[in-house]
Amino acid sequence: MIKLNVNGKDTEVDVDPAMPLLWVLRDTLGLTGTKFGCGMALCGACTVHLDGEPIRSCVTPVSAVGAKKVTTIEGLSSDRSHPVQKAWIELDVPQCGYCQSGQIMSAAALLAHTAQPSDADIDAAMSGNICRCGTYQRIRAAIHRAAQLKTGG
Amino acid sequence: MSLDRRDFLKSSACLSGGLIIALHLPGCSKPARGPGEHKTIAANSWLRIGTDNSITFLCDRSEMGQGVYTALPTLLAEELGVTLERIHVDFAPAGDEYKNNLLGAQITGASSSVRDAWQKLRTAGAQARSMLVSVAAKDWGISPANCKVENGFVVSPYGKRVSFGECAEAAAKLPLPKNVKLTEAGNFRLIGTSIRRLDTPLKVNGSAQYGIDVRLPDMLYAALAQPPALGGKALSFDDSKARTMPGVKAVVQTSSGIAVIASSWWQARQARDALAIKWDDGPNASLNDGVILRGLQHAAGAAQSARKDGDVDAAIKSAAKVVKAEYQLPLLAHATLEPQNCTAEVRADGCDIYVPTQVQQVAQLAAAGAAGLKPEQVRVHTTFLGGGFGRRLDVDFIPAAVEASKAVGKPVKLLWTREDDTTHDVYRPPAFDTAVGAFDQGGKLIAWKLHLVGPSPTARMFPAVVEKSIDPFAIEAAANYPYDVPNVSVEYLRHEIGINVGFWRSVSHSLNCFVAESFMDELAASAGQDPVQFRRTLLAKQPRYLRALGLATQEARYGAAPKGHFQGVAVMEGYDTYMAQVAEISLDNGKVKVHRIVCAVDCGQVVNRDIVTAQVEGSIIFGLTATLWGEINIQRGRVQQTNFNTYRLLRMNEIPRIDVFILDSSAAPGGIGEPATALVAPAVCNAIHAASGKRLRSLPLARHNFA
Repeated sequence: MIKLNVNGKDTEVDVDPAMPLLWVLRDTLGLTGTKFGCGMALCGACTVHLDGEPIRSCVTPVSAVGAKKVTTIEGLSSDRSHPVQKAWIELDVPQCGYCQSGQIMSAAALLAHTAQPSDADIDAAMSGNICRCGTYQRIRAAIHRAAQLKTGG
Repeated sequence: MSLDRRDFLKSSACLSGGLIIALHLPGCSKPARGPGEHKTIAANSWLRIGTDNSITFLCDRSEMGQGVYTALPTLLAEELGVTLERIHVDFAPAGDEYKNNLLGAQITGASSSVRDAWQKLRTAGAQARSMLVSVAAKDWGISPANCKVENGFVVSPYGKRVSFGECAEAAAKLPLPKNVKLTEAGNFRLIGTSIRRLDTPLKVNGSAQYGIDVRLPDMLYAALAQPPALGGKALSFDDSKARTMPGVKAVVQTSSGIAVIASSWWQARQARDALAIKWDDGPNASLNDGVILRGLQHAAGAAQSARKDGDVDAAIKSAAKVVKAEYQLPLLAHATLEPQNCTAEVRADGCDIYVPTQVQQVAQLAAAGAAGLKPEQVRVHTTFLGGGFGRRLDVDFIPAAVEASKAVGKPVKLLWTREDDTTHDVYRPPAFDTAVGAFDQGGKLIAWKLHLVGPSPTARMFPAVVEKSIDPFAIEAAANYPYDVPNVSVEYLRHEIGINVGFWRSVSHSLNCFVAESFMDELAASAGQDPVQFRRTLLAKQPRYLRALGLATQEARYGAAPKGHFQGVAVMEGYDTYMAQVAEISLDNGKVKVHRIVCAVDCGQVVNRDIVTAQVEGSIIFGLTATLWGEINIQRGRVQQTNFNTYRLLRMNEIPRIDVFILDSSAAPGGIGEPATALVAPAVCNAIHAASGKRLRSLPLARHNFA
């Protein structure tokens, strides 16, 4: 059994330690908000936080998680109240939406470190997340908006 | 294009005549109810009204990002007199009543959802409103004309109110009203505004259900080993190792490969990779890029005429100057971010499939065939689609899921890897096209001739269409050549290449607009004219093109680019939408940097402004990705690209600024999900010509070391 803390809850899973965290989240724990896109850390659709840091769960063996706290899109807020979620809604960022859990988790991690990111900061933090629908321009605008919302704007 | 589209409809195998209103009246979907339970009444095929005054729209088009989940109920809400938020959206099942009148079956494609729904759903909404009002008016003993509707209530002139829910059951028994009056454009409350998308809240917290997210009791997971060469098949396989691996429940030979079924998908995939399979590479064993290109270059046979004005060959013979060029375009993958998948539950008496599909009825037929059932025994549950772009007009990923479920007697979710998805796509057709233009002594363009060669997805998927006519989906942005030239010939020679090609966002517009709008620039250069002025002169009789070109060039400050920046333009009509784009680039050590793309759009009456803008923004990114890097290569019948490291997609740090300008128009709505894709390549290549004098007649730019 492997102990995990996911979205603030302690849990145990009986899986192969080599199984990527992505599949533990999706198939074992039923947290399907985190998506599979490439399996090689190339697209960012599987982005979750480990102790607040964005990681690609498709290449992270569950055994490597240890005591670190896992946060998925489902745990970002219980009511879409995270500033990134609010900004995403305000600007209607998603199209197909498939990449957006990963985009939002990357953006939330960026804002946790950098309260007022520049476009260059955003490019650096977000270039690992592919959006095939091409919502990038809105993602950038929404990150700036989320930064405003976070500081009470 | 509209003439060709009608021809397509006439010859379509699955077309039935007449407009579908197909209201199922009277109808009550839940006959039994206990005390305190709500009852839901079917007002028509799309509308369910609950006795609790809930309103549900059965969305009969697939939501793949293009916004039907919001735009279609907007049409109903406008006529029902309710706010959009009052409407709950569910996806409709497969059914003839959901047929797309522009395409002949229940299909989400060809940027047709709003065009098809425009009259149909507003009429359905107006009829339902009329019937609800009639019930209330009769009850009150007043004329319906004196009643109005207000966010889910019928209201009398004296302030009496009764909810839609209370009227619905009686309303459903009334005859369908004829000649209902639709709201006039000047009185639209919702249409033409930028109402927030209804699906956004589901897409910011992980709750939107895509095909990959389906979970059923006792469900197993499958990974599929498909032939490495397209068109190959398994000769034999050894699964002795795979069967001993953790979680593995079964190994099943399906019609499209060997499926390993396990308790989790990761286990299934690990075991799939442990299969030892002997493959027969089949007919494509020696197919490669060179073979495909030479086949297209030397394709023999009679081309079909798509357009013939005057006598183009005589005009060319008599011309003072003739310009000729050959253009070539590569295969492209769709690369939907959600890999292909299907969840199937086969029982003795029926089958349920849960699938991200653009073709519910074709999916139903495919599943029925695989399960050995009748189509009506298959229920299709459409999920959200993690991208479509035409990929999910094909159903090649469905039978294996059904066969796997049937073999193990349990629900099975079959999911492809990214590598499966890239190497087993149905690719955008390649093309090898020849363009000829001719000028008279006075420098007037007197002849335009396009000879298009390529394989046809239509021929594979809708063979009846191409038996009777030229493939309408091969000659877009070509047959509708808008320039005022007396002698025009456009012809298409279908030449198959041995592997399956499919419909890719904007379909043949993405091929033909590149050729036509690049070659127009070549002719402008040959005539010594500015490319925009050259176009303007020849578009004098085309007000919608002219207006779009005028707005795009104005907003882009055409002719006044910053120092070191160069501009290129393209115009196009596709799906009844008129567009012009201006790309602004610079060259840095020979590499192109796209700074800005301006797009002016006349898509007729807009339903949701912000969705129109978003679709154009996204289409431009899609088109630019293909322009810079898009190319699928074949060696020994095998696709060489596998994942996003070899099939590169545009990222945040690589995007240009995109500005979209929407022209006011009272014309009927045009399609918006696709067309902007097609103008990017010619606009960018025309800008490269302006910058460097180099004319690029093939893509992607990476092939020319420009990207």
